[in-house]
Amino acid sequence: MGKSKRKVPGINASSTADISFILLIFFLVVTSMNSSLGLDVRLPKPPEDEAEPPKVFKRNNFTVFVNMNNQIMVTLGDKEGEEVEVSDLKDLAKTFITNRDNLDIYPALEKDTIVYVDAANEEHPLPASSFEGRGEIMVAKKHVISLQTDRATQYQLYFDVQAQLYEAYTELRDSLAKARFGKPFDALDENDQMVCRLAYPIMISEAEPRKYEK
Amino acid sequence: MSKFGNKEKAEMPELNTSSLPDLIFSILFFFMIVTSMREEEVKVDVKLPKGSERVLTEIEHKSSVINVYVGVPTKAEDRARYGDRNCIQLNDKISGINEVRDFVNDGRKSMKQVDQARMKVALKVNQHADMGIVTDVKMELRQAGALNVLYSADKLAEKGE
Repeated sequence: MGKSKRKVPGINASSTADISFILLIFFLVVTSMNSSLGLDVRLPKPPEDEAEPPKVFKRNNFTVFVNMNNQIMVTLGDKEGEEVEVSDLKDLAKTFITNRDNLDIYPALEKDTIVYVDAANEEHPLPASSFEGRGEIMVAKKHVISLQTDRATQYQLYFDVQAQLYEAYTELRDSLAKARFGKPFDALDENDQMVCRLAYPIMISEAEPRKYEK
Repeated sequence: MSKFGNKEKAEMPELNTSSLPDLIFSILFFFMIVTSMREEEVKVDVKLPKGSERVLTEIEHKSSVINVYVGVPTKAEDRARYGDRNCIQLNDKISGINEVRDFVNDGRKSMKQVDQARMKVALKVNQHADMGIVTDVKMELRQAGALNVLYSADKLAEKGE
């Protein structure tokens, strides 16, 4: 009966602030900010000694060469190479890959049918009659973008070139997504994204860097 | 002057600090969430290349990532030992190109099954490095079967957006 009247002494909490300050400082020291952004690429399989490099028709070839003085040269098929700026690369690559006007200097277009794709099993596309994005599309299936560097090329420029080329593909997929599905690429579900990826597969081949004798 | 006369008697009201611990705790939780444990000490200067946000992607599964650093050593003693050139750093030490393959294979073995399948190598290369060393590393990665590569980069501060 008398118990309920007894007052519980309050705990002195004035040092909690100090304790949490110490914890805070500890975490500030041992951790680092998340800086895991980057350009996601897939390298080709290691070269096999016996295997002949696949033959590529000249018109299907788009060569980007970055030299030791960090100049960029673009060669289309057997045309004369010309020096370009990094910022031009994206549009050049897009014109090359799409070949909208069906010109002889750009890669040959082939008819491809968009089918329903199961993202988990990309080897076996399943045709589905209810699939809204299906239909025919003209794509340059056999194009190759060949990227060559010198051993002395600066990494930042190489990165910029890669980023431009990847952005070209990203924009092409995005416009296909908008045309076929009425949504931007990022808003599509996994299967529809795979459809766009298969329509514009990334075909960037990287040759070994050249080492020129001085 | 009675208005100003009794200054010494006026007492400063005490500041109520009872919410201070809560405040600090929330800052603490904020930092615990946004940051991640520092896994290795970076011994080379990696000033990452800058790229447009449109092409950059973020790593989703941090446990499946292996870091390879390339840059000029930051410490004077390392520079005296390895020279004033771009070096490769694996784990906590500066290594030669021939160690890359074993490093990647060992890293893969120590991962969980799920992470092994989606293993990714983050190349943290200084923007001023030359392509020669980067290509050598890439060649080793291809030989090791580590084909998923992320060229780590920083966001470019874009003007006019």
